[in-house]
Amino acid sequence: MTVADTGTASATRVHRRRPRILRNLASKTASIPMVATVLVIFIGCTLWTVIYSFTKSRLLPVPLFETMPLFSIPVPHLLASDGSWDFTLITGLKSSSFVGTDQYDRLWGTRRWIVSIGNLGIYGLCSMTFSLVIGFTLAALLDRKIRFENAFRTIILYPFALSFIVTGLVWQWILNPNFGIQKVVRDLGFENFVFDPLYNDKYVVYGILIAGLWQGTGLVMCLMLAGIRGIDEDIWKASRVEGIPVWKTYVMIVIPMMRPVFVTSVVIIGAGIVKVYDLVVAQTSGGPGISSQMPALYVMDKMFKDQNLAQGFAASTVMLMTVAIILIPWAYFEFGRKKNV
Amino acid sequence: MKLTTKLLAATALVGASAASATELEVTHWWTSGGEAAAVAKLAEAFNASGDTWIDGAIAGSGGTARPIIISRILGGDPMGATQLNHGRQAEELIEAGLLLDITDVAEAQGWRDIINPISLLDSCTVDGRVYCAPVNIHSWQWIWLSHKAYADAGVAMPTNWDEFVASAPALEAAGKIPLAMGQQPWQSSGAFGVIAVAIAGPDVWKAINIDKNAEVAAGPEMAKVFEAAANARAMAANSNVQDWNQATNLVITGQAGGQIMGDWAQGEFQVAGQVAGVDYECLPGLGVNEIISTGGDAFYFPVQSDPEVEAAQKRLAALLVSPEVQVSFNLAKGSLPIRGDIDMSAANDCMRKGLAILAGGNILPDGNQTLSPDTSGQIEDLMVEFWNDPNMSAADAQAQYAEIIANAD
Amino acid sequence: MSDATQFTPRGPRPRRIFSAPNIFLYGTLTVVAAYYALPLYVMITTSLKTMDEVRAGNIFSLPTQWTIEPWIKAWATACTGINCDGLSRGFWNSVRILIPSVILSISIASVNGYALANWRYKGAEFFFAVLMIGAFIPYQVMLYPIVLVLRAVGDFFGFQLYGTLGGLVIVHTIFGMPILTLLFRNYFSSLPEELFKAARVDGAGFWRIFFQVMLPMSLPIFVVAMILQVTGIWNDFLFGVIYTKPDIYPMTVQLNNIVNSVQGTKEYNVNMAATLLTGLVPLVIYFASGKLFVRGVAAGAVKG
Repeated sequence: MTVADTGTASATRVHRRRPRILRNLASKTASIPMVATVLVIFIGCTLWTVIYSFTKSRLLPVPLFETMPLFSIPVPHLLASDGSWDFTLITGLKSSSFVGTDQYDRLWGTRRWIVSIGNLGIYGLCSMTFSLVIGFTLAALLDRKIRFENAFRTIILYPFALSFIVTGLVWQWILNPNFGIQKVVRDLGFENFVFDPLYNDKYVVYGILIAGLWQGTGLVMCLMLAGIRGIDEDIWKASRVEGIPVWKTYVMIVIPMMRPVFVTSVVIIGAGIVKVYDLVVAQTSGGPGISSQMPALYVMDKMFKDQNLAQGFAASTVMLMTVAIILIPWAYFEFGRKKNV
Repeated sequence: MKLTTKLLAATALVGASAASATELEVTHWWTSGGEAAAVAKLAEAFNASGDTWIDGAIAGSGGTARPIIISRILGGDPMGATQLNHGRQAEELIEAGLLLDITDVAEAQGWRDIINPISLLDSCTVDGRVYCAPVNIHSWQWIWLSHKAYADAGVAMPTNWDEFVASAPALEAAGKIPLAMGQQPWQSSGAFGVIAVAIAGPDVWKAINIDKNAEVAAGPEMAKVFEAAANARAMAANSNVQDWNQATNLVITGQAGGQIMGDWAQGEFQVAGQVAGVDYECLPGLGVNEIISTGGDAFYFPVQSDPEVEAAQKRLAALLVSPEVQVSFNLAKGSLPIRGDIDMSAANDCMRKGLAILAGGNILPDGNQTLSPDTSGQIEDLMVEFWNDPNMSAADAQAQYAEIIANAD
Repeated sequence: MSDATQFTPRGPRPRRIFSAPNIFLYGTLTVVAAYYALPLYVMITTSLKTMDEVRAGNIFSLPTQWTIEPWIKAWATACTGINCDGLSRGFWNSVRILIPSVILSISIASVNGYALANWRYKGAEFFFAVLMIGAFIPYQVMLYPIVLVLRAVGDFFGFQLYGTLGGLVIVHTIFGMPILTLLFRNYFSSLPEELFKAARVDGAGFWRIFFQVMLPMSLPIFVVAMILQVTGIWNDFLFGVIYTKPDIYPMTVQLNNIVNSVQGTKEYNVNMAATLLTGLVPLVIYFASGKLFVRGVAAGAVKG
């Protein structure tokens, strides 16, 4: 700590004269873990995945290069567990490993994948919209100086503590026509009542949505509530003086002021949508038929169950590209703007 | 039980010579009651012989266990032994030299003479070398029928598939589901395979699944199978359960007439206290072709650097095939043993039917042994859609099926 | 930061309890609360029923015959493979995984956020943007490459990283980084600029400002980060099982084995008890820190 201290303390004073790389040195040193993670994991491993999507890898990743062993030097076991550093020369690409765009051709010729993309679209759109709307509405309701605010808030938030596996299991049960809501309503005398979203291929995505919203809206509500409470009291006074209705104040004045909260919420909700996997597995395993399949399920099944790594990588590359096309301009605009300091 | 295991291990440690007594981590996905009891038999026997079984149980086979096994091997720190379906799933690992060659054990123990059917050993063999120890046989070709459902509907218990189909309207009239079906892809695919063997016969099945003959897959024999499956789909229309054992439960409680499911369904009837021939009936090969497929489980041994661990791996391999372990394990698991020379008199009625068919040699390989996991996965995806979407015509499904077979490797 | 004043409810206090808007307000909230509370109610009542009653009755009824047998079984005697000691086997492993993972991931993310908010350098925005996109990568895709990276790092430095607790802690740190860094960055940006400038005029450097000026003001955001990480890491199954060995498998492995056993009858009451037991640690933290959590989220998310 003290070592780095001297570096930056002087950096502030002799800011302009130091070589560029040494400026702000402590900050750069402190960012090494982040930079390493970004370079090795988020960029490196992603590129690895993309490259392997053009290969014929099945159970194991195939070798990419033709190699030739050069020499090995013995080193202490402290430096290498097998006691030597082996050097090999890469003599060229191993052309038999690569299959061009075959994996992608097959991917787009697979019905299950097409259905998955459609489902993710519906789920994503609904999940994003309802999470934001319900989250904001609940926050606004809780904001109205109500009694038992703590109790209501805790009840709405607690599902976030439970894993998706658990969420899926419980909701599968409640929505099961033989045990759950349908049976209870029928027992009350409504013999023809039908409520079986998980067993109907037209509504199954909405059945999953019910559980997804249950788990996730609590956090969004908390974010929103925090945002609403962060707004200046004077705004409210002014709107009361002007005679603007309460709902209109929320919609026309409060929401535009809560932009950062919406940004954080969108990132958190969006990341959850793309990754929706456990919830679907626990509720329907993609059924009935293939009607609730999601891209992440396809990726997992192809990579692990069906032992076709490259096909799974191709699917995940498509997912990643889609996310990147949507996100990069937005991320650049949102986070890339030059700020103070 | 835990205490006994520990004691056994401890005494064995003291008694055994200094060379043995090695810890061996074993990965498997046998976690339910009966399965866990069965795997405990293996562990007890292994511990009693002086080594220590470190249990790496993970529920959920393909999707969960596979990445664990591969990660551990890729990471250079593999487990001592792992369960896999014998067949084509391990092919690549063997080719890459990542699995231990246990040919010397197989030869010393004379596996080629004792393992029955020999196709189980063939599935473990690549280029004349043996890489896995088979432990049991599970067959798919069964339909389980409920006495209660048929008594309630007032129709005679069917003795084959045609009678079963004919009895469906009477069952429906009595408010029963004729055919119970779960909705997991492997169930759809498995039930279809059973219907195919029963209706088109084993030769057609072999032409498609072994020789990958797409013409046969698109041919008239299979067209009948797809029609029959479409018919079965209608019979299962009201069966909205997810897991296979929930479907079995519909049969146990008499809400459904029957279920096409592998011999592991027997465990469910046993747990529910039902007796074969009194409460439920089992028809091998749907009562049409009395034949069973011989899939099952096997243990593979990832290559390790430590020679002591390797010796322990070979000791475990030998132990798994030994007569005592075969009897105790398979009785607990409800599966058939992999050798014909042992006393299975404790087996129940349905198991005996299976043993008799096995002794008569009316056997088929399992889909896992003949198709790559990739092809099986594509068939599963197609079948689960076909079974659940009444708008998908038999002809349409057959065309897609033939295409998958044409591209199969 | 004036948390206390920021956190008071707003709007006029309603005059009459049974006014029309009030009935609407409380009516809506009650219905909503019922929707959120229902599954917990189902889980708790089911876990206190016998299996016979679970099979026969409807899931919303109270147990006629109360029993804590499922809880005992889930905790101490359920078989998860050959070991029949229930969830208790993995509990301490989960704690052993949780504590270092939470500490390391929060330490690194807080420093990241601080550097990004107050000490920008050329390229910082780029790394941050990639990190945000990283939040959207399905982590299953990364399983194998990370195994290879851990192995390569371990081989190069001559120690075992893959398959050890250390490797798992690093993996949790990596996957927690995007969201946590976002929260910390937003929080530190929202702190008054003057404090930071004053400290720099006094000659304080990067670390001194961090420890002496920033940290003392950051309790709320640390609480949020801790809650998010405790929830995520405690509920994790996949990383725990892929990057470690049976002797350090977390409790979720036992939960998976109890809940997801493919064969055999499903003991729903034991499943529910096991589920609740596993969720207990994060749930207790939530119920205990509800207000603090909202306050922290407020601080971390409002300004950006």
